[in-house]
Amino acid sequence: MSAKKETFGKTVGVVVAVCLVCSIIVSGAAVGLRSLQQSNAAKDKQSNILTAAGIESSAECNVSCTFDKFVETRHVNLETGAYAEVPDGFDMYKAANDPDYTVPVKGSNVGFQRRSSVASVYLVKDETGTVTRVVLPVHGSGLWDLMYGFLALDADGNTVRELVYYQHKETPGLGAEILNPSWQAKWDGKKLFKDGEVVIDVKKNANPENEYAIDALSGATLTSNGVENTLKYWAGENGFGPYLKNKTWKS
Amino acid sequence: MAEAKEMKQVLFGPILSSNPIALQVLGVCSALAITTKLETALVMSMAVISVLAFSNLFISIIRNHIPSSVRIIIQMTIIASLVIVVDQILKAYSYQIAKELSVFVGLIITNCIVMGRAEAYAMKSPPFMSFLDGIGNGLGYAFVLIVVGVIKELFGFGTLLGFEILPLVQNGGWYQGNGLLILPFSSFFLIGGLIWFIRTIRPEQVEPKE
Repeated sequence: MSAKKETFGKTVGVVVAVCLVCSIIVSGAAVGLRSLQQSNAAKDKQSNILTAAGIESSAECNVSCTFDKFVETRHVNLETGAYAEVPDGFDMYKAANDPDYTVPVKGSNVGFQRRSSVASVYLVKDETGTVTRVVLPVHGSGLWDLMYGFLALDADGNTVRELVYYQHKETPGLGAEILNPSWQAKWDGKKLFKDGEVVIDVKKNANPENEYAIDALSGATLTSNGVENTLKYWAGENGFGPYLKNKTWKS
Repeated sequence: MAEAKEMKQVLFGPILSSNPIALQVLGVCSALAITTKLETALVMSMAVISVLAFSNLFISIIRNHIPSSVRIIIQMTIIASLVIVVDQILKAYSYQIAKELSVFVGLIITNCIVMGRAEAYAMKSPPFMSFLDGIGNGLGYAFVLIVVGVIKELFGFGTLLGFEILPLVQNGGWYQGNGLLILPFSSFFLIGGLIWFIRTIRPEQVEPKE
């Protein structure tokens, strides 16, 4: 610690040099790896949609190839249920805070205050181009935070096939059991609507024969309630209700 | 060039005899949070080892030019840059795990082991030895994480690295998973138990009574 290296000029010089080198390294890494990261994020989303669609990618045709082949992305005006046009790179979760799209959420305990007026939907088609499943993005609060997932319905707009959550912060072993395959399997064949009303119910000791009820997760009441609120909101009038009623994908 | 014995001491000493978590009780917060699964524990260990080794290396290279009045800030800048680079690399090449580790990679910046080694060792030692010291202390951290991760995943989820070892009741097996072990704070008991165990076989680590 000699007096020489304590001069003001030297101190400033060293700090500036270190900062310069560090910022070059950091920005180099960020810029150089950005495209890889974005394609990872896109691929992650696509593979979750494919899981909800019940399609597996194969070795010859990877996730994005399978996605392009069987899945069509459309956008729905939630109020009318009709298809809408949106600019490229539209993100319904970002659009929730965009003045052009934002709609306040009232009278629901789904757990968020604003949503986008336009939502993405993913139409799953077979080889002949007929829509076999409709995959809807849903989100709502769980115990700790919002849970994001995909709800896959049959072409009748009523029968549930899959409910796949891809982002959540629920308690491992309790709420996080929403990802347990045996619980996810219980959703297959359940019905959302009865006489036009959303009746799907997540409750204790639900009879597996009951088409409108799902057995709640033990030890995770608030997570189970959150799942029910999420589905009630998104299947209801303020969510995809008009779209599911019109069955817009058939026209 | 330092002799081989000293190098070995610097590299492997921190695993048992001067373990940064067990003896110095540093860096416990991240050890609590990310050991629920062995896989995340392994990736986190790799991240910490690389950050420690390279921050020690770079700080040691410029140690004679760092003005002592701003040395902590300079160490912080170097450590933070390295952590961001590691975070970016994880997001690019191992997206799923990066998602699970989420904020904890960023929090390596505040891991006291990294700062501690930079200040205590790299500021006084030549680059190569500092690099080894970084790897050694990283291995010590990794050792604790892996032990805790194995116990938590095996007895909490009945799996190891995702492979089923003890079939869980939920999936039609016989093993009732231990719900306590799945929660982050159970690492307190496990790390406490580990410290007790290490100090029992190495009584010289016990602090003298005041």
